[in-house]
Amino acid sequence: MNMPLTLDQQKSNMRIGLMAGGLAIAMVGLGFAAVPLYDLFCRVTGFGGTTQRVDAVTASNIQTSAAFINVRFDANHSPALPWEFKPERSVEKVAVGARDMSVYIAKNLSDKDVSGTATFNVTPVQAGKYFNKIQCFCFTEQTLKAGQQVRMPVLYYVDPDILTDPDTKDISEITLSYTFFPIDPAEKGS
Amino acid sequence: MTTIAANPADHHAHDADHKPAFFARWFMSTNHKDIGTLYLIFAIFAGIIGGAISGMMRVELAEPGVQYLGQWASWLSGSEATWDEALHMWNVLITAHGLIMVFFMVMPAIIGGFGNWFVPLMIGAPDMAFPRMNNVSYWLTVVAFIMLLGSTFVPGGTGLGAGTGWTVYAPLSTSGSVGPAVDMAIFSLHLAGAASILGAVNFITTIFNMRAPGMTLHKMPLFVWSVLVTAFLLLLALPVLAAAITMLLTDRNFGTGFFDAAQGGDPILYQHLFWFFGHPEVYIMILPGFGIISQIVSTFSRKPVFGYLGMAYAMVAIGVVGFVVWAHHMFTIGMTANVKIYFTAATMVIAVPTGIKIFSWIATMWGGSISFKTPMLWAMGFIFMFTVGGVTGVVLANGGLDDAYHDTYYVVAHFHYVLSLGAVFSLFAGFYYWFGKMSGRMLNEFLGQLHFWIFFIGVNVLFFPMHFLGNNGMPRRIPDYNSAYAYWNEIASYGYAIMAVGVLIFFINIAWAFIAGRKAEDNYWGEGATTLEWTLSSPPPFHQFETLPEIK
Repeated sequence: MNMPLTLDQQKSNMRIGLMAGGLAIAMVGLGFAAVPLYDLFCRVTGFGGTTQRVDAVTASNIQTSAAFINVRFDANHSPALPWEFKPERSVEKVAVGARDMSVYIAKNLSDKDVSGTATFNVTPVQAGKYFNKIQCFCFTEQTLKAGQQVRMPVLYYVDPDILTDPDTKDISEITLSYTFFPIDPAEKGS
Repeated sequence: MTTIAANPADHHAHDADHKPAFFARWFMSTNHKDIGTLYLIFAIFAGIIGGAISGMMRVELAEPGVQYLGQWASWLSGSEATWDEALHMWNVLITAHGLIMVFFMVMPAIIGGFGNWFVPLMIGAPDMAFPRMNNVSYWLTVVAFIMLLGSTFVPGGTGLGAGTGWTVYAPLSTSGSVGPAVDMAIFSLHLAGAASILGAVNFITTIFNMRAPGMTLHKMPLFVWSVLVTAFLLLLALPVLAAAITMLLTDRNFGTGFFDAAQGGDPILYQHLFWFFGHPEVYIMILPGFGIISQIVSTFSRKPVFGYLGMAYAMVAIGVVGFVVWAHHMFTIGMTANVKIYFTAATMVIAVPTGIKIFSWIATMWGGSISFKTPMLWAMGFIFMFTVGGVTGVVLANGGLDDAYHDTYYVVAHFHYVLSLGAVFSLFAGFYYWFGKMSGRMLNEFLGQLHFWIFFIGVNVLFFPMHFLGNNGMPRRIPDYNSAYAYWNEIASYGYAIMAVGVLIFFINIAWAFIAGRKAEDNYWGEGATTLEWTLSSPPPFHQFETLPEIK
C-alpha cells in the first residue's frame, strides 16, 4: 500500500474485521443449530402435521367428547424395503378424545431378516398437535425375520381441543400416514 | 464537494502513479481499483457464458418438443445420449444459468467490481482495509467458477453435470444425483461463499474505519450505504447457506441423514435453510443497484437525492425485514393458514421501504435539470422495470395466489424483471456512468443509447410474455410444453435475439472507447456529480488520497 496504515489504525481494522468474521462464524453455528431446533419446533407445535407423543397417565385424563371424527390410515414403504405394509382397516370412525387402537400389518417378503423404521405425519397438517399417540410401532425399530408377518398396533386419541380451535374445528377426517424405510444406511441411494 | 491538493511534502520514494510490473500488478494485486477491474472483467466473461446458456434454453424453447438437447448432451459426453440424458442436459443448463448469473455475474460485478472501485474512492480512503484479503476474495471466486464449469464434464447422476437447479434441493441433490458433479457444484458454492464473506468483512471494516475526516455515516454517498447494508446481509446469510450445503455434502458422502426422511431427517429443513439465505441473497443482488441508481439519478437531475436519510434507512429496513420473509418461497410445502398469513403480510411490508426508494428517485428527478445521457436512460429504465417486477412480486407474495403461481413462468417473469431488468440495468447504468472514470476513455454516447433501446425492447419482448405463459399455467424448468404455449414462447425467443444484438453493441462500444474514445476529464458529468471520485483524475492515480480529503 502507498500509505502504510498506522499501528493504531491496523489494530482498529483488525478488531472490526475479527468482529465481523466472528459474526459470520456464529451464523454458521446457527445454521447447524437449526437442525435440532427445527426438530424441537416441529414436535412442540405439531408443525407440518407432526403428531404428539403422550404417556398413558395423561391419556387417561382426557374426557371423551360426543363428536366423532374419521381417521384414515395410509401406508407406504421405501422401494428399498422388501416388505408388504398395509393397514388392517383403511378408515375408522372414532369418538374425539377416546382411545383407539388400530393395527397395521407388515410382512417381510425377502428371505433375509430386515429392520425398518417408520416416519409419520398427519394431514391436514393443522391436526398434528391434536393427534396424540400413546403407543406406536413407529417409536422403535422393527425387525422382521425372513417371511415373517406381524401385526403392529398404534394406540392413539384425538385431543378434544381440536373441536374448539378455529383452524381445526371444521376437520372431519384426519389421515395418518406412515412410510417405512430400511435402517441399513448402505441402502441409501448415494 | 472537496478538492484534493497535491502534497508538496510528499517524501515517498515513488510517485502516486507508480505501478508494479504486469504479473505482480494483475495476479498479486492488492490495489482496490485493479481488483475491481479484475472483478468486472471476470463478471463480463461469466455473463457471456451465462447469457449464452440462456440463449441455448431459448432456442430449445422456441417451439414445442425437444429438438436440441439430445445433440448437446451427445456433444458433451462424446457418445449418443439417451432420452433421460437429454432431459438431464436441460437441468444442467438451468442450474448453470442460475448459479453463474447469481454468483459469478451479478455479485462479482456489483459488489466486487463497482464496490471495490468506488467505495474507497467515495469515502476518501486510500484503499480497502485488508488489501491482501481482497486479493484472496477475487481468486477464490475464480477458482469457484472453474470448479462449477468443471462439474459439467463429470457424472451427475442421470447424465453429465449438476442438474439440481440453483436451489440444490434435497433429495434430488442427495440421493437423486449420484456422482461427483453435484459435489463439485456444492464445493464451488462453498468457495464463492467464502470469497463473498471475506469481501463483506473487508467492506464493513473499510466503511466503518477508513472514512476520511468529516465523512460521517450520514454524509456517506448512498452507494456506500448500499454496499454496507449488503455486506451485513452477506455476513448473516451466506454462512447459513454454507451450513446447509455442508449438510448436503455429508448426506451425500458420509451417510448422515440431515435431509433424509429414512434417517429421521427432513428435506423441508433444507428448503428453510436455503431460503433463509436465498431471500436475503436477492437483496444482496439488488441493493448495490439501488445505490448506483441513486448516484446516477442525482447526477443527471443535478440535484441532491431526495430524502437522503429515508433512502439510507429504507435500505436498512429492506435488509432487516428481508431476513424474516423466507418461507414465501415455500408456500406449497403445506403450511397452516396462520403461517401463510404471516409470511404474506411480512413480505408485503417490504413494498413500503421499496416504495420510499422509488418515489424518492422520482422526487429527485422532479424539477431537476435532467439530461438524458446513457447512464440516466439505464437508471430510468431500471426504475420503470423494477417497479413492474415489484408489482408482480406483491402478487406472488399472496400465499393463496402462490398456490397457483408456484413454479410457473409467472415466477420466472417476476424474478427476471427484478434481476435481469433490475440488477442488470443497474450494472449497465453503473458501467456507462463510471467507465470513463475507470478507464480514462469515454464510451460512445450514440452506441450507448442504441444499446439501451435495443436491450430494453429485447428484454421486454423476452420476459413480458412469460407473465401470460405463467397465467396459463406453463411450469418452469421444463424443456417441452403443450403447443398451447407455443405462440408466446416463440415471441420470447425473438426477444432474446433482439437483446443479444444489444449486447453486441455494448461490446462494440467498449472496443470503440479503447480505440477511438476521447480522453475522459476528471469530472465529465459536470456539476451534478458531487461525490469524491469526481475530484480525482480519470483514471484515478494508482494510489489516491495521499493526503486525506476533508469533508465539510
